[in-house]
Amino acid sequence: MDVYRAIADPTRRAILDELVDRSGQSLFELCARLTMKHGINSSRQAIAQHLGVLEAAGLIRTRRVGRSKLHWYQGDPLKAIAERWPIATDERDT
Amino acid sequence: MRIHLAGVFVDDQQKALRFYTETLGFQLKHNIPLGEYAWITVVSPEDPEGTEFLLEPDNHPAVRPFVDAIGADGIPSTSFAVDDLQAEYERLVAAGVKFVQPPTDLGPVITAVLDDTCGNLIQIQEQKPQP
Repeated sequence: MDVYRAIADPTRRAILDELVDRSGQSLFELCARLTMKHGINSSRQAIAQHLGVLEAAGLIRTRRVGRSKLHWYQGDPLKAIAERWPIATDERDT
Repeated sequence: MRIHLAGVFVDDQQKALRFYTETLGFQLKHNIPLGEYAWITVVSPEDPEGTEFLLEPDNHPAVRPFVDAIGADGIPSTSFAVDDLQAEYERLVAAGVKFVQPPTDLGPVITAVLDDTCGNLIQIQEQKPQP
């Protein structure tokens, strides 16, 4: 799964926003935040599928803590974008 | 019709009774021995004649797979209302309670989710005053 397709979807971007706000969330907490803060009323199954796409792209990782499977944001794949198209270059019109 | 009874399945009724009374702060209402198990209910000290909460044994084979599956996705078995969520959170953390979700502002409500040590996740929530 490539990172560009993973972040092309607005629901998946909202998921990343919420995981940046607080890392280590369950599916239940994420769904509550998406509904209450973003007005996204997708089913839990749909959100779980989005999480699968993000995990395949390396943008989140998961671990079981106690009873629950929790999700963390992981920004490493985005580095490839900044490296490919640097924000600052030496080739300005000077 | 009224709701007089709600509850959760617990892996150990005596351990659950201690957690729900000594830690959460509910009061014992009934403790009726029924052979291997007991009919144990607790009530809120703020509403001792109100809805009873049953601590039900989880010995039916369908219970653990069900409760474990919803717990894996972080879904609470039930929810309790509190007046001051931040204060309850701090009190319970000091008492050693593990939270899987710290107080989270969701707009009309603030919620948190704790582990009851008996197999369940429990949500507590504070309803904000209506503007």
